[in-house]
Formats: sequence, C-alpha cells, structure tokens
Amino acid sequence: MENKIEVRNFNFYYGDFQALIDLNVPIRANQITALIGPSGCGKSTFLRGLNRMNDTIRSARAEGEVLLDGKNIYDPDVDVVDLRQRVGMVFQRPNPFPQSIYNNVAFGPRVLGMNKTNDLDQIVTESLQGAALWDEVKDRLDQPALELNPGQQQRMCIARTIAVRPEVILMDEPCSALDPVATLHVEDLMRRLSEKYTIVIVTHNMQQAARASDWTGFFWLGRLVEFNETTELFTNPHESLTESYITGRQG
Amino acid sequence: MTRQQTQRLAQWLISATAVIVILPIVLVVVYVVAKGIGAINWEFLTQPPRNGMTEGGIFPALLGTIILTLGTAVAAIPLAVGAAIYLAEYAGDNRFTRAIRLAIVNLAGIPSIVYGLFGLGMFVLFFNFGTSILAGALTLGLMTLPVVISTAEEAILTVPQEFRVVSFSLGASRWQTIRHQVLPHALPGIITGIILGLGRAAGETAPILFTVAAFYLPELPKSIFDQTMALPYHLYVIATQVPGMPLSIQYGTALVLLFIVLSFTLVATVIRTVMRRRREW
Repeated sequence: MENKIEVRNFNFYYGDFQALIDLNVPIRANQITALIGPSGCGKSTFLRGLNRMNDTIRSARAEGEVLLDGKNIYDPDVDVVDLRQRVGMVFQRPNPFPQSIYNNVAFGPRVLGMNKTNDLDQIVTESLQGAALWDEVKDRLDQPALELNPGQQQRMCIARTIAVRPEVILMDEPCSALDPVATLHVEDLMRRLSEKYTIVIVTHNMQQAARASDWTGFFWLGRLVEFNETTELFTNPHESLTESYITGRQG
Repeated sequence: MTRQQTQRLAQWLISATAVIVILPIVLVVVYVVAKGIGAINWEFLTQPPRNGMTEGGIFPALLGTIILTLGTAVAAIPLAVGAAIYLAEYAGDNRFTRAIRLAIVNLAGIPSIVYGLFGLGMFVLFFNFGTSILAGALTLGLMTLPVVISTAEEAILTVPQEFRVVSFSLGASRWQTIRHQVLPHALPGIITGIILGLGRAAGETAPILFTVAAFYLPELPKSIFDQTMALPYHLYVIATQVPGMPLSIQYGTALVLLFIVLSFTLVATVIRTVMRRRREW
C-alpha cells in the first residue's frame, strides 16, 4: 500500500523541551489514520508538524524528515504556502470566519487566484456537497456562517478545507466540540472523504478511533508506542502500555 | 468606621472624581457655545475677514484647517498604518522592535512646539519647502503618527489569532491573511485612531506656527507650496494680537474650531460603536 506521507526520525522541540522523540510514521494514501494518546502526548504537535503549522511558534524546531510524496516538506526550497494548500487542516473548535457561508468556503480558492464567479460558485457548491452540508445551506449561502449550529459549522469548515483541493486533510480533534449526532455526521463524512483524500485525525475519543479509522498510532510522552491497523491495535495490542491505555487503566 | 460606611464613602468619592472630570469639559462647551453662537451665520463661515479682521468671516482659516487636515491624513495614514501592520504582524520581539516601540511612545510625549520647531528646521529650511501647506501638513502628520500607530496596532492585535491560523491553513500567504482577514476586522479600530489623530492635528497651533500658518492672507492658497491661514492660529491671533477685536468673533471662531475637533471625536465614537455592535466574535 502506498504511503502518502512518510515520517522519518522526526524530532520536535519547543525551546529546550523535546515534544516529539524520534518518530517514524507511515501515513497511507486514501486511508484514515487516527492518532490517540493522553493530553500532552504530542499528537497535536505531530499533526501540526505535517503541514508546518508549528512554524509560527517562536523557539519551535523540527528535525528529521516528513516526506510528502517522497519530498521532505522541511527542505529549504519548500514553500509553506503551497504546502498548506496541499495539506489542509480542520481544527478542534469550529472556526468560521465572521463572514457568509459562501465567502468562508470561497476564501481559499480566492487566495489561490480563482476569481471568476462561475468557477467559485461551482467549487463552493461541490465543496459543500462534499462536506454533506449543501442541502442544509443551499438557500442561505449569503447568511453569516456563525448562525449555523456547531455541527454544521464544523462541516462548513471541512467544506472550506476541501475547497482548496488538498491532498491530505489533517483533523485536530474535529468532534470534541460537537454532540454525538453531529459527531457521527462528521465520521460518516470522513469515511466518504477518504476515497479522495488522505486523512489524519487526532482524537481523544478511543471509540472514535476504533470506529472511524483504518490505522491507529498510539502516542505516549512524545513517542509513538505502537502503530498498526486499527482493528489489530484495538483487539490485539502488542505493547502493554497500549493495552492499559485502550482498556482505560492508564492515561 | 464600619465596612458599610467606608464602602459608601469610597463610592461617593469615586463618583465625585467622575463628575469633576466631566464638569470642565461641559463648562467649556457650554460657555463657548453661549458666547459664540451669536456670531455664527452663513456669512461668518463663507467670507474672508475684513477691516483689519474686526469684521467679516473666517473662511480662509476654515478652509486652511480643512486642507491641512487632509494633508495630514495623506502624510500620516499610509506611514502609520504600514508601521502598525509591521509591528503587529511582522516584527518579532527583539531589541530593534522594542526600540521602535519605545520611540513611538516617546514621540507621543513630545511637546507640540518641539514638532513645530522640528518642522521648521526639517521641512521649511532643510528640504526648502518654505513656509507652506506641505511643510505644515508633514509636521502635523509627524505629530499624528504615534497616536495612529498605537491605536492601529492595538486594533490589529485584537483580531483573534484563530483567523490568521485558519487563513494560513487554507494556503493564504501572510500578506493575503493580513489583507483579507486581519485588516477588514481591524478597520474600525484603525479608522477610529486615524480620526482621533486628525482631530488633534486640526486643533493644534504650535506645529503650524512656524511651518505654514499666516497671520492674514488676502488670497486663498493656490498650491501646496503656499502659506495658508488656519483656525487655531487665527484664533490665537485675533485673541491676542488684534486690538479692538469684537468678542463675538473671537468666541465664534473658538466655537467653530471646537465644533470641528469634537465632531472628529464624535464620528470616531460612532464608528467604533456601530462596528462593535456588528462584530460577531
């Protein structure tokens, strides 16, 4: 199976503190990879390392390689703006811009230089359809996105992310602010999106990882303890630390 | 005293300070309006002074102040907003930027007469602009910079960090993020700062004293290299330099100046209030 992203000997530091220690992680193309582990274990830092969103943090420093289609994204000749177009991100809290639904979704394509109304209309429609939100909002695209309920807002954020046609979508606990019904909506959506995109999701919720992912990585204190197919990791963990965490005795 | 008594006393004293602060402003406005309103009419606003300035209107001074304020805006806004964006979005926290910030704070504290003298040395003499609208507007602009920079930077920094992060994550460059997500949301605050700065510039006398203001001109200025009359200086002149000046004209002039400056403040307040109400985060 093809690896979309190959993380090799990756270390990450905040000043003197080493947040990630010698990680080697394969991210399979068109599959959902879940990252689990207790708070502060480094899973979100790792996720942000995959599209260099940590770059803005002063004193942060990365070592090692993150190969996206074989090309190290930390090479000096890589343009982070292009990188982030290819590797999109959905955040923990739904975070629409205080603008209309249409302008939220069209923002990415616009900054990438698309400005014909027809093209924008089409990509907004497709993206909202892709995020399973179109039927709910098609008559009120000019309404403020903040008037949507949280579940709809999060799907709109997903639509906004896929509107720039990324190859990989990173999701940082995308359901932690949502109720169970909205959570299931997003999980269904992830499953459908994985046909076109490679998805990496950080989650606190082990049921979610078990339900919705193909591969799972378990992080503990900045190290990747175990990485395996989700069913294997949850039914037959090789490491005792993994077992005690997923059974709730540790963490 | 019991706790209840000290509480009452403290509340009384603190309320009293608020009243004492407001009272002089109210009194000044009421007094100037009462004394000056009689002089205000169409002719006063549209005619030049006549007969050794003891008759007629204030039109050249009024026009001069408007031109100088516009010139100040042109000189100060691009520089100030640019500097504010740099400080808020690009500059790190290092010795260099700390020095810039310190300089800005200190610029705000420099007496306006010093700006006037600097303008004389720099623009009038060194750049050889002469005593001119150009020199005056640049001097006023310089004086306005720190106020506008500080308020604009403040406004930019209040835009939630999240907007920037999301924008970056969608593949926007730093400038696109600033242009499309940060500035639109910071605009009300920036405009408020600009208007307050211009309001102060419109009312200042010292910076224009040596750089542009004329005692009396028979003609209106024709280019930015001409001198002009201006309201604050005109008021100073007719209040102290012209014997036999009717009081009504003096107070009328003061009223017009006060009105201009207060309306700047009022407009700024209205913009801020309206925009805050519309703000959705």
